[in-house]
Amino acid sequence: MVAADFNIPDPAVETALSAVKDPEVPVLSIFDLGVVREVEVRDKHVAIKLTPTYSGCPAMDTIAMDIRTELAAIGYTCQIEMVLSPAWSTDWISEEGCRKLEEYGIASPLSAEMDKRVLLDGERLLPCPQCKSTNTKMISQFGSTACKALFRCEDCLETFDYFKCLK
Amino acid sequence: MSSNLFEYLLILGDNSMILAHRLSELCGHGPSLETDIALTNTSLDLYGQVRNYFQYAAEIAPEQPGASEDSIAFLRRERQYRNCILLEQPNVDFAHVIVRQFLFDAFQNLQLEALLQSSDSQIAAIAEKSLKESRYHLRFSSEWLKRLGDGTETSHQKTQTALDYLYPFVHEFFDETEIEEIAAKEGYGAKLADLKPGFESILKEGIESATLKIPDSKPRFAQGKLGIHTEQMGYILAELQFMQRAYPNLQW
Ligand SMILES: [Zn+2]
Repeated sequence: MVAADFNIPDPAVETALSAVKDPEVPVLSIFDLGVVREVEVRDKHVAIKLTPTYSGCPAMDTIAMDIRTELAAIGYTCQIEMVLSPAWSTDWISEEGCRKLEEYGIASPLSAEMDKRVLLDGERLLPCPQCKSTNTKMISQFGSTACKALFRCEDCLETFDYFKCLK
Repeated sequence: MSSNLFEYLLILGDNSMILAHRLSELCGHGPSLETDIALTNTSLDLYGQVRNYFQYAAEIAPEQPGASEDSIAFLRRERQYRNCILLEQPNVDFAHVIVRQFLFDAFQNLQLEALLQSSDSQIAAIAEKSLKESRYHLRFSSEWLKRLGDGTETSHQKTQTALDYLYPFVHEFFDETEIEEIAAKEGYGAKLADLKPGFESILKEGIESATLKIPDSKPRFAQGKLGIHTEQMGYILAELQFMQRAYPNLQW
C-alpha cells in the first residue's frame, strides 16, 4: 500500500508520516516498507497500527519514536499499536520501495522460489544493483542486518546487500 | 486461569531468552564473520520473540501491578525461570553451539506450528510471526550440522561428542508439566506428546544426513521448567541481570 491508499484527511499528516524512514535503509519511508496497517485521524490525534518486520528488529522502536516526533511537530498526538498478525512479508514492500532499494544499492527481494535457488543452491541469478549483471555470488547468508544477505558481483566486483524474501 | 497462562508464557519466553543470551555471548567471537553475524542475528530474532511473550505476560500478569517486559526478563529469581536446561548449556565449541541450536530449532518449529491453532489469539499471532524466523534458523542449523558431521574427521568427531552430550537433554521438551497440561487442555497451549513424532523424524533426518549417530543414552533428569536449573544458570543470570540490579529501572 502506498501513502495515498490510506485516505489521510490532513495532507500535513501524510507528509509527516512519509518523512519517517527505516533507520537501517534510510531511503525507505514506512509506507514504502509496508509496515503501516491503519491510520485513523480524529481531531488532532492519530491512531496508527504498525506491523514489525522481524520480531527483534531494533528499527521498530526508532520508527515509533520518529512518528511521535514528526506528528508532534505539526501539533498532533498519536497512539501507536503493534499488530503481529497477519505477519509482515517482503511482498508488502511497495514497488516504489523496491525501486528505491535498488537505487540505494540494495538488491530487492526475489520471489520465494528464486530466493531459495540463490540462497540455498548458490545459483547465480540475482541482478547486481550497480551493473545489473547476474554473475553474482553469495558471500554470507546473513548480512549487516537480519533481513539481508551479503553478495558480490563478479563483473563489477562490488559487494552488495540483498534484502531476503520473507514470507 | 490467567495465572496458568502467565506461567505458560514464561516457559515459551524463557526458552528463547536463555538461548538468545548464550548466542549473544558469541558476538565478536564467532569462528568466522559469517557465523558470527548469523548467530547474533538469530539471538536478536529470539530476543524479539521474548519481548512479544513478555509484553503479553505483563499485560495479563496476575497480582503484579507495574509488571513490564523488563521486570519479567530481569528481575526474577533463578527458581522462577522456566527454560529447559538444554538451553542454558555453555557454548563450549562451535559444534556444541550448532547441535544445541539444531535440537531447539527442530522442537520450536513444531511447537510454533501447533501454536498457530492456539485459542489465544495473541499467542497465535506471536507464533505466526516467530515461525517464519524459526524456519530460517532450522535451515541454518541443519546445514551446519551436515557440514560439520559430514566434514573432516575432526569436525565429525567433535560434533558427535557434542551430540552425545546434549542429546539426553531433549527429553525435557516433552516432559509435560502441569502448566503445559492445563494450557493444552484449555486450548491455548500445544500438546507436547503430539509434537514428538515430528521431532523424532526431523532429528533422524538431520542427524543421519550429517553421518552422525543418534546416541542411545538415557534421558537426563531435568526440571528446568519447574525452576530447577544447572549450575550454569547462576552465571547466566549474573550477567543478564547485572544492569537492572545495579541500576534499577535503567533505560537505554
Ligand atoms: Zn555489478
